[in-house]
Amino acid sequence: MTTYLLKRILLLIPLMFGITLITFAVIHLAPGEPVEMQMAMNPKVGKEARDRLTKFYGLDKPLHEQYLSWVGKLARLDLGRSFSPDGRPVKDKIKERLPITISLNIIALILEFGLAIPIGILAATRRDTWLDKGITVFVFVGFAVPTFWLALLLMYLFGVRLGWLPISGLHTLGSDSWGTLHYLWDMAKHLVMPVMVASFGSLAGLSRYMRSAMLNVISQDYITTARAKGLPERIVIYKHALRNALLPLITLLGFSIPGLIGGSVIFETIYAIPGMGQLFYQGVMSRDYPVVMGILVIGAFLTLLGNLIADLCYALADPRIRHGEG
Amino acid sequence: MAFRHSYLYSIFWPRLKRNRLALLGGAVVLALFLVSLAAPLISPYDPNAINAWKVLSPPSWQHWFGTDELGRDVLSRVLYGARISLKVGFVAVGIAVTIGTVVGLLSGYYSGAVDAVLMRLVDIMLCFPAFFLILAVITFLEPSIWYIMIVIGLTGWMGVARLVRAETLSIREMDYIMAARCIGCSNARIIFRHILPNAVSPVLVSATLGVAGAILTESALSFLGIGVQPPTPSWGNILTSGKDYIEFAWWLSLFPGLAILVTVLAYNLLGEGIRDALDPRVKR
Repeated sequence: MTTYLLKRILLLIPLMFGITLITFAVIHLAPGEPVEMQMAMNPKVGKEARDRLTKFYGLDKPLHEQYLSWVGKLARLDLGRSFSPDGRPVKDKIKERLPITISLNIIALILEFGLAIPIGILAATRRDTWLDKGITVFVFVGFAVPTFWLALLLMYLFGVRLGWLPISGLHTLGSDSWGTLHYLWDMAKHLVMPVMVASFGSLAGLSRYMRSAMLNVISQDYITTARAKGLPERIVIYKHALRNALLPLITLLGFSIPGLIGGSVIFETIYAIPGMGQLFYQGVMSRDYPVVMGILVIGAFLTLLGNLIADLCYALADPRIRHGEG
Repeated sequence: MAFRHSYLYSIFWPRLKRNRLALLGGAVVLALFLVSLAAPLISPYDPNAINAWKVLSPPSWQHWFGTDELGRDVLSRVLYGARISLKVGFVAVGIAVTIGTVVGLLSGYYSGAVDAVLMRLVDIMLCFPAFFLILAVITFLEPSIWYIMIVIGLTGWMGVARLVRAETLSIREMDYIMAARCIGCSNARIIFRHILPNAVSPVLVSATLGVAGAILTESALSFLGIGVQPPTPSWGNILTSGKDYIEFAWWLSLFPGLAILVTVLAYNLLGEGIRDALDPRVKR
């Protein structure tokens, strides 16, 4: 177990190096300089000012020097300053938005797993019944629904037609002065639609996965044994089968992180939620290189970390791996 | 193609034919092809014809899907949008499949250092939230449908690479590869003439599903205003005005979204059907 852990952590180093290299290449090899973007917005700036800007951002140096200085700063957790007029450090900008995106995604994940596991079990235990077929149809439609379209439909239904839910932001203007309970209730109402959209995307895939994992386990010999010795079906499924069927979901949890972070761009932009996705979208639209690079790197590192944690949890949960047999 | 004719006619096609949902998916895909070819013939109006008298009019007999904020016919725009979706789907997946297949073949055939480097590259690429990466690259380029297709392709080859690598690893050990080597075939000939044709069938499934994914990505990009640029109609950018006028014009949001839903569903059904038909373990 210790060697396994050590190996995994050592492997992180080349991966992290690769992530920085690709991020840097993506941003710097694409045609168009950030300075030119700023020039285009303000054509009156002369050549002198342009050179000064280029020098200020260090863009006059050769690429490898730029890369090394960027990675050097990154190692000291310095992501540079935003190109936007406020010029704040990228780290601060990300710091105030990351918690919003992460907590939103955690709520969505809990909802997703909370629904997908029972749906998957139902479909697997009632295999080839109308219920199973109905769930399969739902899964296929769920795969095909574009999340941003779902967001629009919900907005129309709950926001415009019924008027039950607010359609943008996290708080109502002036809610700061309300009592705590009222304030939280207001925030919860703002969160309903974004969370629904965020979780719907992966709900379909997850329940299908759960179904096949469960079917896989049910066909194994020890389940037949459990049934043969006369255990009630309820105990066979929930006590004997479920634990093993849940194992592969742990890995899936790790894999779903980049999708969740990527998906946050869509619903955060639509519902005007001040999270990482919105920051990234704004950064990309205003060609704010440090913000874009910072979020790309942090998003990839989070995924790496998530995968590592998922693998460790898997090893901890599965005695076959824990004791080095698998 | 990968299949010997006898296999295609005696096993694959009869199996696929029995899967009614897959056939339905295939029929819809075929219909979409025809629609995008015949868009100029079957569209009731010019998709870009502005009509100031009919701004945001609800669905009616003249305009089945209503009109948009410039009085353009939504049905015609949705029909023309099918062209963009198909083009993006096929070109992006073509790029992804080509890169993925070559990487997978090299990685699986040579193993050792080549394999280690290429597979680490796959691991690294999989760490990036794909949508972030696509967004980052596209916005730094001039908006153009070609860049969109290339970038979606460049960020979507990793799954294919892993599939082809796994296939190659097992094919490499086969006797006929040994035989090919004995009679003096070059590595390139072994890889492309002997391994490739036997390794591509799983790719067919992931390519079909990949088209669905690429269509979804393109529509999301166009929806965010960085994909296909107006006035060229794409399902995603019609939905952008759907969002802006959501309080007055539900039809602007409903119909293009349904078009995406149906298309993606059709490709997914077809892909799953092909998977089941190819899978020797599935017996029906």
